[in-house]
Amino acid sequence: MACMDITNTRARGDWAIEADGLVKTFGEHRAVDGVDLRVATGTVYGVLGPNGAGKTTTISMLATLLRPDAGTARVFGHDVQREAQVVRQLIGVTGQYASVDETLSATENLVLFSRLLGLGRRDAKRKAGELLEEFGLTEAAKRPLKQFSGGMRRRLDLAASLIAQPPLIFLDEPTTGLDPRTRAQMWETIRRLVATGSTVLLTTQYLDEADQLADRIAVIDRGRVVAEGTGDELKASVGESSLQLRLIDPRDLGDAQAAIERVLGVHATASPEAARLTAPMQDADRVAELLVTFRDAGIHLAELSVQKPTLDEVFLTLTGHSAEPEGAGDEASDLELEGSRA
Amino acid sequence: MTTATIVPGAARTLKNHVGFGQTVRNSFSMAWRGLLKIKRTPEQLIDVTVQPILFTVMFTYIFGGAIAGDAMTYLPFLLPGILVQTVITTSVVTGVQLREDMDKGVFDRFRSLPIARVAPLAGALLADTVRYGIATVLTFVAGYVMGYRPEAGIGSVVTASLVVIVAAWSLSWIFAFFGVIARSAGSVQGISFLILFPLTFLSNAFVQADTMPDWLQWFVNVNPVSHLVTAARGITMGTEVTGDLLATLVGAAVVVAIFAPLTVRAYMRKA
Repeated sequence: MACMDITNTRARGDWAIEADGLVKTFGEHRAVDGVDLRVATGTVYGVLGPNGAGKTTTISMLATLLRPDAGTARVFGHDVQREAQVVRQLIGVTGQYASVDETLSATENLVLFSRLLGLGRRDAKRKAGELLEEFGLTEAAKRPLKQFSGGMRRRLDLAASLIAQPPLIFLDEPTTGLDPRTRAQMWETIRRLVATGSTVLLTTQYLDEADQLADRIAVIDRGRVVAEGTGDELKASVGESSLQLRLIDPRDLGDAQAAIERVLGVHATASPEAARLTAPMQDADRVAELLVTFRDAGIHLAELSVQKPTLDEVFLTLTGHSAEPEGAGDEASDLELEGSRA
Repeated sequence: MTTATIVPGAARTLKNHVGFGQTVRNSFSMAWRGLLKIKRTPEQLIDVTVQPILFTVMFTYIFGGAIAGDAMTYLPFLLPGILVQTVITTSVVTGVQLREDMDKGVFDRFRSLPIARVAPLAGALLADTVRYGIATVLTFVAGYVMGYRPEAGIGSVVTASLVVIVAAWSLSWIFAFFGVIARSAGSVQGISFLILFPLTFLSNAFVQADTMPDWLQWFVNVNPVSHLVTAARGITMGTEVTGDLLATLVGAAVVVAIFAPLTVRAYMRKA
């Protein structure tokens, strides 16, 4: 803990987060492999990726919970390693798993965190009451947390992150495992947060969530940022929707791919199950033309469908591999992470 | 977020260090959490309630006759020894429970808060002095019921208790260190008892050191637990204790000076 007074410089105030080449390895596994991020103040930034892509590890490093093996990160211009204590005064962290005390009640949790943040006894009680009210937890305030539902826990967790009104809030998968109604409530809460001037960095596995909430999105895969841009830019890169075709005869695959290239002007990706083609569809009108071309060329379709872009498509398009197998391997790396903390 | 908009991050003036006052305040807030936890899970108090009574009764009647001729002669000699042994054993539990506690998600939040790094540990250890207090009271109550009347009066019992609790709190930093670096609560218990048994039994807690072989006497006499026992014994018997008391308190301070920073460092690295 360096004993120095830090006076803020305004010059760097534009960026809430600047991360350059962040690396974190757990044994052999490179959980985060050179992540660069720029998050503008007052925006919602989405980090999108499958399980174990390195999202939580990245947040942990930005939130001073993990020491990067390489690279630097600054929060409002303050280095997360050298000025960790300053950074901690600027952030609120809501973890993937509720980081509240299970043995205490909701009120006791909020009072504890308020007291730790320097509020007096009476102010802490008042703040706890306000936050419980705001997050619709007043009735459950005295109940032990063991009886809380997943959604209630998340809300309490978020409430605890907002006590000090931090200008930057990290939300690690805020809606994973929540039912649709609770998810919509959470989205509403996040929108209100931004309206008050907070900067939010959220991670998610769902494209529609990032799309709904985030001003900009970074797609992260195997510890690297594979794409970055606004939701529209990302979707444009995979097509507004995608056209999925299954051919009767797998031998037609090459011809079909060429026809799509010619008619729609886009590159179709062949899925592992060989006879399936996925192509971005920017202009639905031209699909009819494509089908005519197929009929003329004697290419027969077993199935045709149109799909809104899913995370998997974004992945397939951006990385050339599907998000699924990675997800399976990731449980191992999650365990590794847990192990390293234990 | 209900009312005012948030002060922009770049417009805040902040300090990169935690002052002593805040460290103390944070630690007491964390101790409050520890007390709430004890209140919520009273079953965890079994070791500090049953053990002191059991040991006092057992040791007095089993060894009393053999060592001192009869149980009542042995009791004033034994009781400070039992007290030290019980309270130090309890300080091991501190390390074990800290390990269990640290595996919970809430510690991630503690680490992300702008609080003194030592507070989550110091608070937990501070709250545990309540457990030492309970063990101390019950040991003396068990003794009193069996006929123990301290020669130097009730005030001396309070003084001796405080000395023992301070020493145990200092020692608990050692077990907290194991708690932080160990993989599981079970291994903390294993390592800690390996250290604890020689320390408590190879002391003058139960018998006078001069009955032992020379090589063992050497160890017993340098063993800090012996100094603590002698000090507690002297205080309750009304004899001169300055040397042993000083040795105990200096020893306690040294343990804290070494293990508190070590433990906090390990705790932060774990993070």
